[in-house]
Amino acid sequence: MKVRIHVSLKPGVLDPQGRAVHHALEGLGFSGIEDVRVGRLIELDVADGTSDADLDAMCRQLLANLVIENYRIEKLETA
Amino acid sequence: MSFRAAVVTFPGSNCDRDMAVALEKVSGTAPLRVWHGDAELPERLDFIALPGGFSYGDYLRSGAMAARSPIMQAVVRAAGRGVPVLGVCNGFQVLTESGLLPGALMRNAGQRFVCRMVPLKVETSQSLFTAGYEAGQIVHFPVAHHDGNYFADDETLDRLEDEGRVAFRYAEDVNGSQRAIAGVLNKTGTVLGMMPHPERAIEPELGGSDGRALFESAVRGLVRA
Repeated sequence: MKVRIHVSLKPGVLDPQGRAVHHALEGLGFSGIEDVRVGRLIELDVADGTSDADLDAMCRQLLANLVIENYRIEKLETA
Repeated sequence: MSFRAAVVTFPGSNCDRDMAVALEKVSGTAPLRVWHGDAELPERLDFIALPGGFSYGDYLRSGAMAARSPIMQAVVRAAGRGVPVLGVCNGFQVLTESGLLPGALMRNAGQRFVCRMVPLKVETSQSLFTAGYEAGQIVHFPVAHHDGNYFADDETLDRLEDEGRVAFRYAEDVNGSQRAIAGVLNKTGTVLGMMPHPERAIEPELGGSDGRALFESAVRGLVRA
């Protein structure tokens, strides 16, 4: 089973990287960009039947730092 | 009477030797060296140091992998028993990632790696590590980091301040840290994490010796105890 973990900075946490990317996009001439936040995408290939509780524990214990980050678990249909 | 310290080395640590030299110069005893894969620390330790560097290549987040390494389980247990732990730079990141200290260290607000001598204000002399300084004293330590921007929510920051757990503050803007925090203590004052490098400032030949008092106060406090 393929699982995508989307890790993003919590709202309110300053994102210097996002700000620099925002600035660079404007430098390329793109206008109307309100905000840019940079996150992380982690793709897991796990045994079918891996429980939601286990996926959640993986995020909490390692994949995300809950002081500054939120996470979202997306399970993909196996082809 | 001897001072039994351990310096932990992770793959990618690069200040472990500096830390060991500083501890030996000040205490007169060479610290024991411990590897990240060790499951146990040596017995009867007086002091544990987590050095700077780029453990595990800063994969995932700075300090994240090291914080889950076998030796860190033992360090967390030792800290729980009251063994003093000093984490410098990457060691500070490992301490926050392992939950021994609150908050997190994010990318510097200016996006740049900062490598220079910075002035710090000593915020408290009421700890094992800072007893050799006066509260309010300005000292100079080198910094060398990309992820030193201290973040915690306002409630946590207020608690740290109320409990006298901010050990050092930057006396000029360095990396965008919340409330200019450069180093924090745990609740019992026995764990200190800081981004600036006291071990790189222990003799004038290194550009300054302001860091020496930190090791001296720790050694004095522990040998007497």
